[in-house]
Amino acid sequence: MIEARQLTKIFRDKKRGEIRAVDQASFCCQPGRIFGLLGVNGAGKTTCLRLLATLLTPTSGDATVGGYEIVAQPERVRANIGFLSTSTALYGRLSGRELVEYFGRLHGLSEELLRQRIENLFAVLDMNEFCDRRCDKLSTGMKQKVSIARTLVHDPPVMIFDEPTHGLDILTARAVVNFIRDCRARGKTVIFSTHVMSEMEKLCDTIAIIHQGRIRAEGTLAQLRERVGCEDLEDIFVRVVEEKA
Amino acid sequence: MNLRNLRLVYRKELRELLRDRRTMISMIVVPVVVMPLLMTGMGLTFVKLAGKVRQEIPKVMTLGGEDSTNTLAALQALKAFAFVPASRDFTNLISDKKLNAAIQIPKGFDAAVQAGETTTVTIYDYEGEFKSMFAAHALDQFFRQQRDHVVSQRLAERHVPEKLLTPFEIRQTNVASAKKVSGNLIGMILPYLVIIMCMTGAIYPSVDMTAGEKERGTMETLLCSPVARTHLVLGKGLVVLTVSLATACLSLCANGLAVVLLKKLTAEAGKPSPLPLTIDLSSLAAVLVMMLPLAIFFSGAMLAIGLFSRSAKEANSYLQPLLILTVIPAAAAVLPGIELNYRLALVPVLNVSLAGREILSGLYHWHYIAVVFGSMCLYAAVSVLVAVALFKREDVLFRT
Repeated sequence: MIEARQLTKIFRDKKRGEIRAVDQASFCCQPGRIFGLLGVNGAGKTTCLRLLATLLTPTSGDATVGGYEIVAQPERVRANIGFLSTSTALYGRLSGRELVEYFGRLHGLSEELLRQRIENLFAVLDMNEFCDRRCDKLSTGMKQKVSIARTLVHDPPVMIFDEPTHGLDILTARAVVNFIRDCRARGKTVIFSTHVMSEMEKLCDTIAIIHQGRIRAEGTLAQLRERVGCEDLEDIFVRVVEEKA
Repeated sequence: MNLRNLRLVYRKELRELLRDRRTMISMIVVPVVVMPLLMTGMGLTFVKLAGKVRQEIPKVMTLGGEDSTNTLAALQALKAFAFVPASRDFTNLISDKKLNAAIQIPKGFDAAVQAGETTTVTIYDYEGEFKSMFAAHALDQFFRQQRDHVVSQRLAERHVPEKLLTPFEIRQTNVASAKKVSGNLIGMILPYLVIIMCMTGAIYPSVDMTAGEKERGTMETLLCSPVARTHLVLGKGLVVLTVSLATACLSLCANGLAVVLLKKLTAEAGKPSPLPLTIDLSSLAAVLVMMLPLAIFFSGAMLAIGLFSRSAKEANSYLQPLLILTVIPAAAAVLPGIELNYRLALVPVLNVSLAGREILSGLYHWHYIAVVFGSMCLYAAVSVLVAVALFKREDVLFRT
């Protein structure tokens, strides 16, 4: 479970002054459900997810991820999440197997458990053919599978996806979407950010519209439709963003 | 401190680094192949060229001296010079390297010498130009011998013993052992070489594992792991230190072999070796111990610079001035008059270079050595702490 309470992140820039990238964001993501963060580029989605993944420290507010506080127990939080984004690249000079093994060991898995997990993951993701090739020699789809294996090797209860299909071809993107669905089916807590409306509609149980760092609306697609009075998610999004602007 | 995590990070970073061709070039090819080849090649070329120049008969011009036939005949009888016709443009000819040297014999030189008067011959040469210097030296030797001969003749005519001109002899005796003499000479080169190799060895891995990771997007992947950031940066730092020390040691071995080879080749060619060989191994080990905190200092400082930089390009632009800042104090220890004292023992790089020089020449000033080692340990600790602190700062890690 993820519970964010008044989560705020302020960046200070010499030229632009104070930037409130995330402004008092409060939301709750339940296990076995997908929580979607929908927003334009620069809305604060990545910063919000980085805060939850403890890559950044909040200026104020707090959050609990998998039962651990992000400020007080960042290492425990990271041990319980799988974080996948377009900016989490792979070590090009390691093979897929070496990379997954490395992260498994960093998560403290025993050698026997690690072997079993890798065997299982590589079979499920159909990676056995290329898992011993160096990552810099892999295609984009293969790399994405290695990344997925990396995020799952320690079987985390919470999954954080930051625009995971960005820049991927249609087949690879579809595989990622299926993988996110599979995480939900296995009872994991999933938070997912995108600016692609169709993905949001297809995947998310709860949608939060984030704009200029603030959560402007939150609910199921049906609740949002009812509240705004539009059918199409794109129209809902534009209406929400414009009415608060 | 979780040693398991530290070992995991260290092993992975080292494995990845050793798979990179650029690391192999900077860690092995440059110190083991390029540097010794340069050293041996330049040394052999110098010895060969110097021998060739000595064998060549220099072109010499005589100016005046038509009335001093005895001197001219003796000079020509030597067959050591190729004489060219006199020309007013002799200075330009020497400057243009068309002529090696000229000798100005004053009018009535032979007569003046016979009459017991003092007169002057002038040798013209191109200072710093080898061929010209050899020619001028040969001319100088000839006229010195002529002068000594005249003095002997004059003394004999007056029945004065030659001993009268030598009331006492001056003898200079070296009291230092061959080991110390060579240690003193090696001490000027070796610490400089090790310091520079320590630093150049640390440059590539430190940039690759910090700014390089930021550029490639793997930093965020690594930060997602539950390992404490201190362990991550210390693991990286240990890899930089390993590569830095390995580069220095490999360079030391390769250059040592090059010196042995050079000595052997010059001995076979019948030339006296310009390089000493004997080195005290315990002194060498002491120098390497002194280098350890310096290598840690470099590793920490470069890791900090790499972390601070947005890209590898930016990191390299910061590291170039640092390289110059290191070369200057490392080389300053070679300068005459610069001796280790309490003040200089606190100056990083220079202190290790000076202490290394002293140790290799067999001088163990323990009080200075303690200050050098202690201060370097302190600087090393500060540089590592700065790197660790920077690795915990999100504005640095996500500075792109």
